[in-house]
Order: sequence, then structure tokens, then C-alpha cells
Amino acid sequence: MEGRRPAISVLEWLRVNLFSSVGDTALTLGGALIVWFLLVPALDWAFVRAVWTGDDRTACIVKDAGACWPYIGARMGQIVYGFYDVAQRWRVDLIYALGALGLLWLTLPFMPYKRVAGVLMLSAYPVLAYVLLTGGMFGIDPVPTQRWGGLLLTLIVSATGIIVSMPVGILLALGRQSDMPVFRWTCTAFIELVRGVPLITFLFMASNMLPLFLPEGAAVDKLLRALIAVALFSSAYMAEVVRGGLQAIPRGQYEASKALGLSYWPMMGLIILPQALRIVIPGIVNSFIALFKDTSLVSIIGFFDLLGIIQSGNSDPNWAAPNTAFTGFVFAGAVYWAFCFSMSRYSQAMERRLGAGTKRGQ
Amino acid sequence: MKRRSDAFSSLAGDPRIRGIIAQVILLAVLAGVFGWLISNAADALSRQGKVFGFEFLNDTAGFGIIQTLVPYTERSSYGRALLVGLLNTLLVAALGIIIATVLGFLIGIGRLSQNWLIRQIATVYVETLRNLPLLLQIVFWYFAVIGSLPGPKQGYSLFGTFFLNNRGVFLPSLVLEPGSGVLAISLVLGVVLAGVIFFVARVQRLREGRSFAALPAAILALIGLPLAALIATDFPVSLSWPALKGFNFQGGVQLLPELFALLVALSTYTASYIAEIVRAGIEGVPRGQSEAALSLGLTRAQALRFVIVPQAMRIIVPPLASQYLNLTKNSSLAVAIAYPDLVSVFAGTALNQTGKAIEIILMTMLVYLSISLFTAFAMNIYNARIKLTER
Amino acid sequence: MTRHWNSLAFAGFAVLSLTSPAIGAGGPTLQQVKAKGFVQCGVSDGLQGFSNPDDAGNWSGIDVDVCRALAAAIFGDTNAVRFTPMTAKERFTGLQHGEVDLLSRNTTITMQRDVALNLEFTGVTYYDGQGFIVKKESGVTSANDLGGATVCTQTGTTTELNVADFFRVRGLEYKIVAFDKEAQAVEAYEQGRCDTYTTDQSGLFAIRLKLANPDAHLILPEIISKEPLGPAVRQGDDNWEDIVRWTLYAMVNAEELGVSSSNIDEMLKSENPEIRRLLGVEGSFGESLGLSNDWAVNIIRRVGNYGEIFDRNVGAGSPLKIERGYNKLWKEGGLQYAPPIR
Repeated sequence: MEGRRPAISVLEWLRVNLFSSVGDTALTLGGALIVWFLLVPALDWAFVRAVWTGDDRTACIVKDAGACWPYIGARMGQIVYGFYDVAQRWRVDLIYALGALGLLWLTLPFMPYKRVAGVLMLSAYPVLAYVLLTGGMFGIDPVPTQRWGGLLLTLIVSATGIIVSMPVGILLALGRQSDMPVFRWTCTAFIELVRGVPLITFLFMASNMLPLFLPEGAAVDKLLRALIAVALFSSAYMAEVVRGGLQAIPRGQYEASKALGLSYWPMMGLIILPQALRIVIPGIVNSFIALFKDTSLVSIIGFFDLLGIIQSGNSDPNWAAPNTAFTGFVFAGAVYWAFCFSMSRYSQAMERRLGAGTKRGQ
Repeated sequence: MKRRSDAFSSLAGDPRIRGIIAQVILLAVLAGVFGWLISNAADALSRQGKVFGFEFLNDTAGFGIIQTLVPYTERSSYGRALLVGLLNTLLVAALGIIIATVLGFLIGIGRLSQNWLIRQIATVYVETLRNLPLLLQIVFWYFAVIGSLPGPKQGYSLFGTFFLNNRGVFLPSLVLEPGSGVLAISLVLGVVLAGVIFFVARVQRLREGRSFAALPAAILALIGLPLAALIATDFPVSLSWPALKGFNFQGGVQLLPELFALLVALSTYTASYIAEIVRAGIEGVPRGQSEAALSLGLTRAQALRFVIVPQAMRIIVPPLASQYLNLTKNSSLAVAIAYPDLVSVFAGTALNQTGKAIEIILMTMLVYLSISLFTAFAMNIYNARIKLTER
Repeated sequence: MTRHWNSLAFAGFAVLSLTSPAIGAGGPTLQQVKAKGFVQCGVSDGLQGFSNPDDAGNWSGIDVDVCRALAAAIFGDTNAVRFTPMTAKERFTGLQHGEVDLLSRNTTITMQRDVALNLEFTGVTYYDGQGFIVKKESGVTSANDLGGATVCTQTGTTTELNVADFFRVRGLEYKIVAFDKEAQAVEAYEQGRCDTYTTDQSGLFAIRLKLANPDAHLILPEIISKEPLGPAVRQGDDNWEDIVRWTLYAMVNAEELGVSSSNIDEMLKSENPEIRRLLGVEGSFGESLGLSNDWAVNIIRRVGNYGEIFDRNVGAGSPLKIERGYNKLWKEGGLQYAPPIR
């Protein structure tokens, strides 16, 4: 589209897009003021006046100093691995590397054997990650979950949420659409109940209330309880997304499948779900993004995830300086933003590709 | 043997019977799981010497709360503390909804502006705030922004009237003296009168195609009546000015830093979602509608006001309501920065002091659930109404 | 059986199952501890001098040493212990529910906790009291000057209630900002959100060290409450309660009798009957607890007597440099007093 437009001069572009009328010019000037008073000081703070080297807070307690980047450098180990034993960090690295490779394989359009990769990422990879991270088997040292933290924990919580909420969400959505009243009521009640309360009350339930509901002596790891809470919570939202897709499938598809003699599960698995899920890919990715952002709430119930570890680092007396907290939050924000933004861009690209594939000539 | 299994498989093959069997199994499993959980909880409670019950709501709370919209002291009960927390939640939600709506509409329209710069700014705003965790934004505003403000003695002041420091925002407040009842009545009357003016104008417009200038008339009613009342009763109100006394400012209204940070974070974050809803709503109105309106001779503003917005609202309102609900639920993140909302006061402090985990968490969830269900109920009514007016 | 239930209940999460070793609470605790080979000890999630992990994750502090002494008494090995950091909110549920064998987490002994929560406190490791810390620039030198102040504190603690009582009794105005986590409450205090932060005085000394400029802060002299801190166990296992109680008494008795980790070998040859009973040379007090008779020798050799623990963690030999004060032995005018071993 853009390329086909007849070339216009820079002045013409300015006139049309910035100064088309008196009001428009005023808007442009107002916008320029906003940029001038927000963007320029922000860049100035982050780069020009920033401190880049130093061993402790003395480097950052300088008059007019900006961001205190050496603080992030000093804490990088904890930010990436939490309190994971230094000698054992290779295990985390391995998991990170394998995960990145797997994701690349799945997302790059030209890679072959996507189905194999998907199955591996959903089955072998989580098992391997579990074995490697917890240890205590095959001669590798156990690392208790209390030591997991930082980006590692954030990724574990979101990956678990994503992997669990997909199938559970689909089942809940099917249940809500089911002809069988008991299934329909149960699923509807669960979905509406979960969506009606804030995640933090759910997490409080997992950390304070759940132990009381388990038999005496059955101690469930604190992290597992939080994982269950996050996964169930996102399943309810996923179910609503999937339901939207199911409702968009024309009745004819169901009738045609039945006419072919397909019973419920083959009909759903082979005909309806593949189409329904394809329609709601943007919605699914949006709930993944929401889930990824929501993982930061585990810091409230005492975990040191990415946000939690940044917050605890901000009160480190070795780095106490006027800009420490700012720097920490800006860095954490940049990491969260990079993940969320790339997910949303990927979903948009995906939407365009699928949209192009399914659009018919009119 | 073979026959029986045949009979069984044909029975199980009948989808209706299989459905009934599956439902019975599900019911049994649910009953089993719930029974198991409840019996475990009963065991655990009896082991700890606790009894399930809500009598604790009448016990003395014993702790202080920094912001109370209804009278509350340390001698008040836990039930009262619950009410204080709930009202604080509703306060931040109500203020947040107002700010988020205004900001969200501005930015949503900005996303569609013909001005390139405004469009870019709106896009950057949406793409930044949507992709950052809300909790991060809340603690950022609280610990990084407000935390780095100077103390009350060195804080910023505007005309010696408004003060901003790390204890919050201080504004002058109205103090009502005896005799101000007339003023309150005149305010109510003003609002009613303004409503009547709008209604009459609307009826007239529908009937005759044009109407008198309703807006100036309404403003006159809103301001003129109370002003007249003030003059008539010889100004029974005075202003209370914030002034530095001892550790902190006294007098005036204080906006707690916790409330301020939570409000800013909640409303800017939610505004980024509202902006997208507004954009989708306006884009959802077919182009022909605005073209037709313009060719009928309406100005751009009139086209927006009478043609585009009413149609866009139908698309906008349902997701907008769910954003309002999200904002209310998200206000529970107050617990991270010590704003005394429902979760912080009741599911935090009261839970810790009483140890009544099951009762308190269930009650807290129930409160949020009621708010959600009420909103859903109101939305259903709204949807039914706009369906009826469809022609 | 419990293991089985566990895996059954969470089969869906088997892939990422993180179930910790199931800790039964059925039989006598000592049997289970011996069977699994370590003591599971609930400690605070980071309070210098009481229980604090270093960068490598090694725990130290008075509360930690109590756990180590218990491990020494049972296994003769101070490393046969695992630590579970617990928030103020989680601690009692965690103990009641068998996640830990004992709670050694700067916990105040109160009647409500002892009676209504079905816990047993086994002695006082540290006599503490609630105090206030203020910025020196505020000019406040006494808690009585705090009228109108904004107070930062942590929720879920007795301090929140004490501070309300303190101001109420004196008819002083105050505002309270109650945070969920101590670190955040302290950060808010340091940033100037509050005029003072309040918690147990020992905690204030630890916190002051972590502030950017410790010398700019003053810990007010007044103590507004009694806070006897001690380890707690579940009710209903008298033997386990005895073991924890006498582990503590052994350390106090050792200090009183002059037995320390440096002179333990000589003391084993002592003719003093009290020392001989303490060290198991005479009598079979260890066996009557279900331990070996050299239980106290193991404690003192590997962990030390009460005075050593105090000095090393919070006293003169530590960065905190807290005075012994009420924690002196009764002979020296303090409150630390252990019944005799006989």
C-alpha cells in the first residue's frame, strides 16, 4: 500500500500530517512539548547522564547522575538465576538454551518438522527442565525451590501456566458448551468464579488456605501451590477465549461432521477445534501476555521472581543511591516489555499470515 | 461372558446413556473431592483447636488503619475493618474509573488522529503501558517516584495552597459550618434542574429537529443555584488550608501517597486498554456513516456527536464495563504498597491477627464475586436495552 | 500412603511436580527426624543476627544456631538440618501442618499462640521488646515525642497491635502504614514516608546496619512491650518438646558452668558433679530423651554455649553489637535461667 502511493515531497507530507489546519498545528505543538518534556529527559537520564561503571554506590552518588547501570551489572546473576547455586547454574543455562532453540524452531516459518518440535517442547522439555532444575536424581545435586528466583522463576511460572492452561482451558470451554448439564454447570461455575475474583486472592488461597485442605502430613511445596493457582486462574480465562472461537464456528460445520458419522471427540478434535483455535490465536496470545505479566504477583506471596528480586535489590545498602530504585524498575520493565511486546508482535504477524491463508476470493 | 461384554459395550455405545454415566461419575468425583477437602479442613481445624465461624467479626480489631471513610478506631470490630477496607477499594476504583475513562477516550481518539505526531504518541503510550505488569507500575510509582520526593519540610508547593511531598498531596478542603444544609439542598436541586433541562432539550430536539442551548442553561442551573444559596445564607462554608505542623501537614485534604500511586498506576494502565476499545469502537462504525453525515451538511463535530459516537458506544460499552471490573479487581494489588484496601486490611492484617484463613479468604472472594456479578447483571440489562432501540 | 495421595491428587501436575518429601506428623517427631536424617527448621526469611542467608545460601543467626544445636544433639552433626524460610503469615500454619519440625523464627511467646494455636513454646532464646527507630535529623529522642508521627510497620505481627496500644494509652495521635513485608516497610521509612519504623529492638539493630547511612538513625531507648522470643513445636509430642527445651537449657547451663566449645575436652574430665551430669559423664539424661548421653557435648562442641551464640550472632562479636541486657545470666542480673540437670 505505502509503496504504491505517489511520491510526495517532505513539505507536502508535513503539511498533510502535521500542519493541515490551525487546530492541527496546535496539536502538533502540544505533542512536541510532550515529547520534549518526557522523552528527552528520559533518554538523557538513561544514557547521557547515566553511570556505566563502578563497584558500589559511591559511583552513583554523583551530582546530577542518571541511571545507575553498574548496580544492574552487579546483580545480574541474581536477576537471571535467583539464588540458584552458582556451581549449578549451568543447568539453568542448558534449560534456557534448549528453550530458546525450541521456540525458534516453532516460530520461524521456514523450519520443518514443526509438529515433532511442538510435541517435544510440550512433553520432553518440561520433564527435562523439571529433572534438571530440581535435581536429586541421576547424580545431580538437589536445589530446593526456595532458591529459584529471578527471571528463571518468572519463566517457570509463566511456562507452567501456558502449558497447563491450554488443555485445561479447552476442556473447560468444551464443558461449558456441553449438552450435559452437570458438565456445563460445573465448568460455568468454575470459570465465572475464577474470573470474578482477583488473582491475588487466589494466590492467598493457595498460600494460606490450601494447606488446611490437604491431609495431615501431605506437605505440598509452596511453589507448586502457587503454580497450581496461577495455572487454574489462567485456564478460566483461556476457556473464555476458546469459547469465543467455538461460538464463531458455523452450525453447518457441526452438522456436516455429524452427517459424516463422526462422534463427539473426533468431531471436536479433527473439525471444530482446529478451526476455532485458529480464529482465536490473537486472543490466546493475549492471555499468554496477561499471564506473563500476572506472574509478577507471586512476589506478593514471598517469591523472588524478576520483580521480587529487583525490589529486594533496590534496598541493598551497597547500592543505596537516589537512582537505584528507578534503575532497577526501568530494567525490570524493559525485560517484561521485551517479552510481552515480542509476543504481541508475533501474534499480529501470525494473524496476518493465517488471515491471508483463509481469505477467499470475493 | 462375551455376551455380557457385548451388551455392556452397546449400552456404553449409546451416547445418551454414556452421557448420563459420565455425568454421574463427574458428580461422584466432585462430591468425593469436596468431601475429602472439607473433612481434611475439619481435621486440620480441630487439630489446631479452631472452630469455623464468623463470630470473630464482632471481636475488637486492635489495629489502626490510615485511611477510613467511616468512623473507625482501634476499638472497632473486625467487621468494621472489613467495611473500611471495602470502602477504600470502592474509592480507588471509582476515582480510577473516572480518570481512566477520560484518559482512555483521549488516547483512543488520538490513535485515530489525522495528526501524525499525536498518533505516534498515542501508539507509544498504548504499546508501553499495556506490555508492562501492573504490579511493576504500582511499585514503580510508589517506591521510585513518590519515594524520591522530598519530605514535608522540603516538598513542592503551588501558591502555598497545594503541596506535594513524600507524605502525599495536600489540598485545601471545604469545612461546612452550621447552616450549610441549604447549600447541600441547592446543589441537589441544581443537579436535578440540569437534568430536567437536558431532558426537555432532548424532547424538543426529537420533535422539532432543533432545540435551545441546553448546555449553558444547565451550567447556569448547576452553578447559579448554589451560588445564590451561598449569598442568601451568608457563606456558611470556609476553607481549611493545609499547613505544616509538627511531623506533617495538618488541615485540608490529604491524598495518601499510597492512594496516589495506586490511582496513577491503575488509571494509566487501564486507560491503555480503554484506548484500544475506543479505537476499535470508532473503527467499527462503517466509513459510509461519517461520509453520509458529512454530505448531509453536518460539521465534523456534529457527525461525531450525533452519528459516530452513538453507534460506537454500542461496541465500546460491553468491553468497557469489563475493563472497569478489571480495574476494581486490580485495585487489590494495593497490598503491595500498604494502601488499606479490602485485601490489604481484611485478607492481610485481619487474617494475620485472627488466623481465620478459610473464613476471611472466602469472604473476600465473595465480595469481589458479588461486585463482578452485579456488573454482569447491569451489563445484561444494558445490552438488552440497546438491542431494543435497534431499528 | 501420604506420598501416594499426594501424587494422586496432583497427577495433572506430575510433569512439573515439585512435591517436597512428605513429612508425616503422626508418630513421635524424633522417630521421623531420625528416619529422614535431618531436622526441618522454620526460620525467618532474613533477619540479621537471628536467621539470615549469606550470598551462598548458608544460614546463620541465633535462631539458626538453635536448629543446629538440635541437629547436633540428635545426629552429632550441625549440618543435619534444613531451613524453611517462612513469612510471619505462614509460620504457624506451616508448623501446625508438619512442614517443619520446629519453628525457630524470632517468634514472641503469647498466651493466644500458646493456647489457641495449639503450639508449645520451649523456652526463651532472646528477651526482646518493641522499640522505635527514627532519623536523627527529626530531633526526636524519646518515644513520648512521637505524637502526630506516621509509623511504618509490618502486618501480621504483635508490633502492629502494640503500637496501637502505646499511642492509645498516651492519648497521642498517630498514623500507621502497615506493609506486608518488612523490607518494604523499611524502604518506605528510609525514603521518608514514615517518621519512625517499629519492630522488636533487636530487629531494629539489624535493620539499622542495612540502611544506607546507619549513623543517621537513632534507636529510641524506650521498650513498649515484652517480647520473649523462643522456638515453638506442635502440641502433642512431649518427647520432642522436651528435646528442644533441654537443648536450649543445656546451652544456658553450659554458660553458667563455664563450659564452652573451646574448653569442652578439659571439662569432660571435670570433677564438678553438675558439669559431669550436663556432659553425660554421670547419669543417663540423654538416653531418657531418646538421644545419646553425649548429646550436650555435641551441642557445646559444635555450636557452643548460650553466651557464645549470643556474642557470635548479635553481641560484641557481631556487627550488631547488641548489649546482653536482659539476656545476661540470672547470676549477672539478667533473665536467662535454666533449671538444673539432675
